[in-house]
Amino acid sequence: MHVPDGFFDAPVSLAAGAVAAGAVAVSLRGARRELDDRLTPLAGLVAAFVFAVQMINFPVGAGTSGHLMGGALAAILVGPYTAVLCLSVVLLIQALLFADGGLTALGVNITLLGVVAVLVAYPLFRLLTKTLPRRRSSVGVAAFVAALVSVPAAAVAFTGLFAIGGTADVPLGRVLAAMVGVHTAIGLGEAAITAMTVGAVLAVRPDLVHGARDLRRPLVLRTASGDAGAKAAPADTAATHAPTSPTTPAPPTGAAPGRRSVRPVWIAGLAASLLCAGVLSFYASQELDGLERVSTDHGIMEREREHDLADSPLADYELRDVDNGLLSGGTAGVLGVGVTLAVGTGVLLLVRRRNRTGPPATAVGGTSSGADAG
Amino acid sequence: MSTGHTHKLYRHGASPVHRLPAHCKILAVLAFVLLVVATPRAAMWAFGGYALLLAAVAVVARVPPGFWLRRMLIEVPFVAFAVLLPFVAEGPRVEWLGLSLSESGLWAAWNVLAKGTLGVAASVLLAATTEIRELLLGLERLGLPPVLVQIAAFMIRYLDVIADELRRMRIARASRGFTARGPRQWAVLAKSAGALFVRSYERGERVHLAMLSRGYTGTMPVIDRLTASTAQWAGAATLPLAALVLCLLGWLL
Repeated sequence: MHVPDGFFDAPVSLAAGAVAAGAVAVSLRGARRELDDRLTPLAGLVAAFVFAVQMINFPVGAGTSGHLMGGALAAILVGPYTAVLCLSVVLLIQALLFADGGLTALGVNITLLGVVAVLVAYPLFRLLTKTLPRRRSSVGVAAFVAALVSVPAAAVAFTGLFAIGGTADVPLGRVLAAMVGVHTAIGLGEAAITAMTVGAVLAVRPDLVHGARDLRRPLVLRTASGDAGAKAAPADTAATHAPTSPTTPAPPTGAAPGRRSVRPVWIAGLAASLLCAGVLSFYASQELDGLERVSTDHGIMEREREHDLADSPLADYELRDVDNGLLSGGTAGVLGVGVTLAVGTGVLLLVRRRNRTGPPATAVGGTSSGADAG
Repeated sequence: MSTGHTHKLYRHGASPVHRLPAHCKILAVLAFVLLVVATPRAAMWAFGGYALLLAAVAVVARVPPGFWLRRMLIEVPFVAFAVLLPFVAEGPRVEWLGLSLSESGLWAAWNVLAKGTLGVAASVLLAATTEIRELLLGLERLGLPPVLVQIAAFMIRYLDVIADELRRMRIARASRGFTARGPRQWAVLAKSAGALFVRSYERGERVHLAMLSRGYTGTMPVIDRLTASTAQWAGAATLPLAALVLCLLGWLL
């Protein structure tokens, strides 16, 4: 979705630049808190990773392939602040060194691909990981949904900017339908890849998945006689968990005692989101057909690395056959869920601040062995 | 690590444009592109003027046209996008070669095409005449937070390393008979991406430890600061000033 120069008029470009600068400033402070003096090397390497991962081609079939945008993935793996910084740096370098995305559109690109994607994906992911049972598979589901919603959300933000300062005279409803329709389909691919990548990292270095820190269990030192000895663990989990004996391991799904009261709320929310997800998947499958048709009919263009923005009018052209009410209804549903969940998470984070776990690297071995034991 | 880091868009040279301090060049290009975007699309001749200005800069910078034009191929997807606009836009339609085209769509296509092309051309020229290191110094000189500049520096420094890891993984997959045909192979590719993340992150941790052991305290020492003389500023300002004239003429005429 690298927007070129000339796509938006000058005022919108400047305003988006101001938004992007503000978001980067906030992220700098947040990331400093998270990583302190490790920030620059780690964020730099993660930015290089994001850059590299965008080079992996994921074949869609029929000779076409797409690539990851990485907003949701970065947010889940390294946290929202660092993710915004990494994506901003990647976009800056792409604009300056590779002429990929316009210089004046840099603010727009950072706002859409960095800020909006992360702001939608991360709260949604956190909410889902807290709602769903505390299992590894839940993290995959949460990553899937977060990435799936973040891509059309960026498309909606694009349409919003287009309404204010777009330079082409295309009816807004059509832009919205095309952008959201195509990006829901792209989002499915992004979601699947993001979920699988997060799962792969979770399998080898669970401590590196920033968004799943809560799933970590306390390090239990076992003596030769088999009883659980001292615990060297993050303070909050160690305090709330009952001592784990080898015969009766604490169920991983159980919440800490102090937090049990809000469970019913989460279960109700889970039911609601599952209902929406069912509706969503129905519409999503409808739109996938549209994209497949687009990609087969216009195979030449789809082979380009840039598939996102360039696709949109194409898809519009093709998606005309799809019943428009169906399309907009489905996407409105998706967005409704996304917005609701995002707002809910915001409220949640305000009301109930969880302690940040900043475990030392030495807890790594214990984490994985604990997972094996459970 | 400090040498040999030239990106594929850079073209070594000693022209006056190469010698300009990076922050002057970045500001000049930014102002130029902003002026191009702010020009009304009906002033077609103004865009011709902009193209001539860039061509003049390319001549001064001794960037051969072939090199320059080849690097501009990155724009192709947008060209394809612009070509579609006349078909989907609203408004009165024009018949042309039996096709029904929207008039405003044609204007929009021209707008995106002209401004996008000029933007890419200016960026390519900037990248062709400025080394990465200078570019980063220039950004820092322009007030970009030093942390952000450092992140960008680390990213560029290790991008080749990370890309090489990715390439080795691809070769390893291929030598075991793996070919990615469709979504069924995504799981394997995603595992590669996951492994790449773990390796990148762990490398970051090692880099941090190496920095600490060499006395890193949270800030990088400033070794050289870019300075620009009035003459250099004036030289860099020629491009945006000429563009400003064209832009004003475009609005007035």
